[in-house]
Amino acid sequence: MSLVLSEDQKLLKQSAADFVKKESPVSRIRELRDGEDPDGFSRALWAKMAELGWQGILIPEQYGGLGMGYLEVACVLEECGRNLAPEPMLSSVLLGANAVLLAGNEDQKNALLPRVADGSLLLALAYHERGARYSVYKVGASAERRDSSYVLNGEKALVFDGHAADRLVVSARTSGDETDHAGISLFVVDPGTPGVEVTRQQTMHLRSAATVRLSDVEVGADALLGEEGGAGPVLEDVIDRATVGLCAEMLGGTQAAFEMTVEYLKTRQQFGVAIGSFQGLKHRAAAMFIEIELMRSVVLGACQALDESAPDLREAVSAAKARSSDTARLVGYEGIQMHGGIGMTDEHDIGFYAKRARGSELTFGDGAYHRDRFAALQGF
Amino acid sequence: MSDIEAFRADTRAWLEASCPASMRWAKGEAGNAMSGEGLTWGGRNAGLGADAKRWLDVMAERGWTAPTWAAEYGGGGLSKDEAKVLAQEMNRLRIKPPLIGFGLTMIGPLLLEHGSEEQKKRYLPEICRGEVRWCQGYSEPGSGSDLASLQTKAVRDGDDFVLNGQKVWTSYADQADWMFCLVRSDPDASKHTGISFILFDMETSGVSVRPIKLISGASPFCETFLEDVRVPRNQVVGGEGNGWTMAKALLGHERSMISEAFSERRERNPMVTLARKYVGEHDGRVMDPVVRDEIASLTMNKVALDLTIARTKEAMKLGQTPGPEVSIFKYYATELNKDRYSLMLSILGPQALGWDGEGFGDDELEVTRSWLRSRGNSIEGGTSEIQLNIIAKRVLGLPD
Repeated sequence: MSLVLSEDQKLLKQSAADFVKKESPVSRIRELRDGEDPDGFSRALWAKMAELGWQGILIPEQYGGLGMGYLEVACVLEECGRNLAPEPMLSSVLLGANAVLLAGNEDQKNALLPRVADGSLLLALAYHERGARYSVYKVGASAERRDSSYVLNGEKALVFDGHAADRLVVSARTSGDETDHAGISLFVVDPGTPGVEVTRQQTMHLRSAATVRLSDVEVGADALLGEEGGAGPVLEDVIDRATVGLCAEMLGGTQAAFEMTVEYLKTRQQFGVAIGSFQGLKHRAAAMFIEIELMRSVVLGACQALDESAPDLREAVSAAKARSSDTARLVGYEGIQMHGGIGMTDEHDIGFYAKRARGSELTFGDGAYHRDRFAALQGF
Repeated sequence: MSDIEAFRADTRAWLEASCPASMRWAKGEAGNAMSGEGLTWGGRNAGLGADAKRWLDVMAERGWTAPTWAAEYGGGGLSKDEAKVLAQEMNRLRIKPPLIGFGLTMIGPLLLEHGSEEQKKRYLPEICRGEVRWCQGYSEPGSGSDLASLQTKAVRDGDDFVLNGQKVWTSYADQADWMFCLVRSDPDASKHTGISFILFDMETSGVSVRPIKLISGASPFCETFLEDVRVPRNQVVGGEGNGWTMAKALLGHERSMISEAFSERRERNPMVTLARKYVGEHDGRVMDPVVRDEIASLTMNKVALDLTIARTKEAMKLGQTPGPEVSIFKYYATELNKDRYSLMLSILGPQALGWDGEGFGDDELEVTRSWLRSRGNSIEGGTSEIQLNIIAKRVLGLPD
């Protein structure tokens, strides 16, 4: 398989770019934040994206999707990331739908996936708990079996787009100690169920998230997604996939921040010249260019590894996330610095990119986490 | 069977029958294009072993030392596809190239494109037969990154030029037979238009050579001194005053040669092997998490570089014009090589302190020497700073 986009993929990417440029300028982020929009995104835009088939890219055709792969979804996510478009592709599709796809039985897949694909159902994956850092296995939430139902208790945090979801996919322990790899189960929970309390969180990088508190929440046995106690490895697989999606978003955002910065170097005059003529800045800009090219390569490589179910898939994901994290951080930092004073203002957009860069870095494992995982996978 | 498949079959059979066993790579041996170890450079003083000489001769007879060059100049006259097949078959049988050197890779192609008919007939066949070894005279003590400022004088005297000056960093000048050299032939012309590209025999009176010792020990680099060296004017290539154009044509090629050498696949991760031994392991994991993190980081960097090279090559195959990727690769591959050896030095600890002899293993000494030598990778073939300048100017369009 190719590391160069096919003609179809290029068309998809271009149409996504045109769509995002027209429908989702970066100014939206500011408006949604300042207007305290309850959803944090536009349902109308979400519907338009569904018409384009975006939510269905990764969903197999038999479940109403387009049955495409990660190279395709990366094309779309990169363009979304360019303008920090807030629509819940990562949360509903890469996290939520992937959990159903990888763990659900046929009934569950048929009930949920077509509605994710057509944009009518929003999912959110509630797996993270405060203090768990990057481990999917640190789960304190519990699921007690009572006759033909489960009773869930606990608290989930940083549930992406949890406040807007129609269904939450929740990880809770049916057995084992807090950090055991075995004993974790997944449940599809209607947030309207008594005992579920969803509270929106304020994040610095403006990715919508929520806490989910569960107090004696009763769900039927059919809410169980996959094997009881076996959700740990499934969550790892889901997060790997979402990580690659996140890297694609980061690629777009990093590219946009870089272009904005280079443009500034060309236009900002001081001492009678464009500041881009200073060699110190030229070298730093050129170094960033190189890092972004390399970032693009590892992200493409990870997409390819996923699409081909490569044996070294996890290494590819870790390489992508580690390098994307470092590069996004660099460009975010340099972006502010090279803009000088205005780079520090809320008014300027570069700050959004710098915040998002580090926010994404600290999601699904940062560089250090993934270098450690890479080393373990490579046997050292 | 198609023509190309028939060619493949014939080629394979002939190679298998004709190539001596000693001219094939042994298991675990990898060709290093940069050092040319174990390969034939040719030349008057080559002193080749019997097998190497035989292999060179039979291949030269077919024109297969330069497969795509026209047969009238000593080449094989093969098409691109045929040459690819030949390369694949040689690779499959692990056959060493019969001849390497700057004649084949640099001055030969330049002559084919810019040389006169007379020059092509005079120089190319001897290159193909491995009879003449070439070196490159570009840099001077006062002209490194700013090569165009070169000062070696070429003064007209009848049908000759008389050369005076000094070249530096000439690889293998002490073993070469001929030099292709940049000289200032018109001191009144502008900086770039007063330069000529001239060829001369290293045996010419007035040429002397002195090897340069590096911080890493012996090296192929030399200083070359030119004192009233008389060279016929018809040994200028591309016309007098056109030397800079000739030089630029070769510079890009040199940069990609260097970076390709550093991107060769290594079978094992040497950093891990060393870390296990010198830093220690616990439960199969390298004991020092900082070292482990650095190894992972550099390994990932190599993955990223390899993937970038792969997708660039693929894009080019699909007919997409390459950007200044060569500058990225040269910059990144050399910086990465420096980082790798720097880490390996750290991993070795006190065993990295050896220069020679007692108390240090050969492989330990090799790491130390390689580390020292690697510091020059970001300087030779166009410094890293120059590569960044090129990217800033040509890719990003940042103003002067």
